[in-house]
Amino acid sequence: MSTSIQARPSAQAASAKPAAGETGHRSPRRRFGLGRALAWLVLGVSLLITLFPFYWMLRTALTDGNHLYSDSTSLWPEHFTFANFKRVLGLASDEESRAAGGSGADLDFLLYTRNSIIYTTAIVVGQTLSCAMAGYALARLRFRGREFAFAVVVGALMVPPIFTLLPNFVMVKDLGMLNSFAGMVAPTLLMTPFTVFFLRQFFMSIPREIEEAAMLDGAGHWRIFWRVVLPMSKGPILTIALTTAVWAWKDYLWPLLVGNEPDNRVLTTGIGVFLQQSPNARPDWTGLMAASTLSVVPMLILLVVFGRRIVNGLNFTGLK
Amino acid sequence: MSMTLGRRKGRPVRSKTANRARSKENRAAGLFLLPAFIGFAVFYLYPTGRGIWISLTDWNLLSDPKYVGADNYVEVATDPLFWNALKVTAYFVFITLGVQVGVALLLAAIMVRLTGSVVVRALLLVPWLVPNVTIGLIWLWMLDANLGFVNHLMGKAGSDTHGFFASPDEALLSVSAVNVWAGTGYVALLLYAGMLQIPGELYESASLDGAGEIRMFFTITLPLLRPILALVMVVSVIGSFQIFDTIAVTTKGGPVDATRVAYYYIYQEAFTHFRMGYAAAMALCLVVVLGGLTYLQMRLLRASTSDLA
Repeated sequence: MSTSIQARPSAQAASAKPAAGETGHRSPRRRFGLGRALAWLVLGVSLLITLFPFYWMLRTALTDGNHLYSDSTSLWPEHFTFANFKRVLGLASDEESRAAGGSGADLDFLLYTRNSIIYTTAIVVGQTLSCAMAGYALARLRFRGREFAFAVVVGALMVPPIFTLLPNFVMVKDLGMLNSFAGMVAPTLLMTPFTVFFLRQFFMSIPREIEEAAMLDGAGHWRIFWRVVLPMSKGPILTIALTTAVWAWKDYLWPLLVGNEPDNRVLTTGIGVFLQQSPNARPDWTGLMAASTLSVVPMLILLVVFGRRIVNGLNFTGLK
Repeated sequence: MSMTLGRRKGRPVRSKTANRARSKENRAAGLFLLPAFIGFAVFYLYPTGRGIWISLTDWNLLSDPKYVGADNYVEVATDPLFWNALKVTAYFVFITLGVQVGVALLLAAIMVRLTGSVVVRALLLVPWLVPNVTIGLIWLWMLDANLGFVNHLMGKAGSDTHGFFASPDEALLSVSAVNVWAGTGYVALLLYAGMLQIPGELYESASLDGAGEIRMFFTITLPLLRPILALVMVVSVIGSFQIFDTIAVTTKGGPVDATRVAYYYIYQEAFTHFRMGYAAAMALCLVVVLGGLTYLQMRLLRASTSDLA
């Protein structure tokens, strides 16, 4: 979905024929040029405001903790060092990290990153697959109660997470799945109403003739789904999988409640704990920013690799 | 992408083979729906019922729940902290939504008329990819009273030092500002996608009639974008109603209840005071409020009807 923005015809006319537009009550060329410059300015300032805090985070992360206070306005790191990253990655000894202004608290970054990847991957794979199957049935198979089943999905869209959070926590606790990956991924592993809804909307738009042709060849629904429908739907499936991945990666409250042992702690909760361990009077800013930087990197990689898909996939595909 | 909910009409009268095919199709559908149905029944349907039941009990997670009828609801109605939480939440949602949608509309309109660059859009989207915990942390640092960059900037401009998250008057506005910063790019991209669906000829003929960009925005873009805008607003309200992570990292509901939004209050009641029944009752009240708000918005914005005839 590439878009070329059409400049206003009057502007084209003005640039093509300098004499045009000089007649009458307005000069489109000049107003347009000024407006364009102003628009670029607004866009540029917005981008600056959006991105500067990330630069500041990086700059702080590369600053020697003991020199953070000497000049905190310069745009370049004072006393450039990788020590903070070393500390956060657990590569520095305790004495080293205290000397660098740390609290001696450790952030087992690599372990938490691994956990985040496990958590995200499990949810993305399970949810996408299970919801694709359900979406296909709701879009394509004729069975009794289909309309009702779909109405239920739409109804479930309306239930805010806060309401199911407490009972789900109790259930995971009763099942003895607290502090385990199983308990963490369980509620979203098989479905979220939105994913079912999204994929159903897409499957509705696949021409029936293709399936009918496969039927005549004697393929069953299962084979058609795997061999015909899924390969045709790579784009939307990738889009919803990426959205789910971003959501799972950012998730904080649920992992905080049900996965707070070091062995299954994810990045978000790990950073939360790291912050709590930081002394209140003098927070370990450089270490915290190094941790923040590292937590941003995987998502940035995702954006670089799938940028176009993520950006163009963001539209209301008949949301609600 | 448009959505059609039409059913195929005019199926022929069924023969026996068709009937057999139908029962086969029923079976297939059952298998296809099974995994998602299990997830739905266990983690949506059952918890909904159970949540209602918990809200009628007095329960601390350790001993057995004790049925207390509507006591929790009576307490919710008379709990000044709950009303404060609702007030704080409403204030927060109102400010966040107003600024966010306003700025996002401006950015989307600029992008539609100026540049289709994927890079610009991807850069605007970066904050959306970052966990709220990290966002909270970054801004905790940016807005730090002693060393924060923002205070340095303002100091250079001759202003006094601000406490931001640490000041009762500024904390909620600070959290709101952070939320706007984090969500505006995402909202702008959604609106941008909506604007792309507006036929370009409309703009061409309007500009031939001598309409300027600003007038075109108000007479073409805004009216035609209304359904999408309504959806974005509803989703944003639901989203900002449930703010939790940012508060948990930056202010923890303080200073002096200034940022104790509903979600955070429910969390505290449930997991620090172990008053499960009371927390569940509040959650249910919140759902009712949210449902009412959503309905009201849909009505006011006439979301389901489009001017794109």
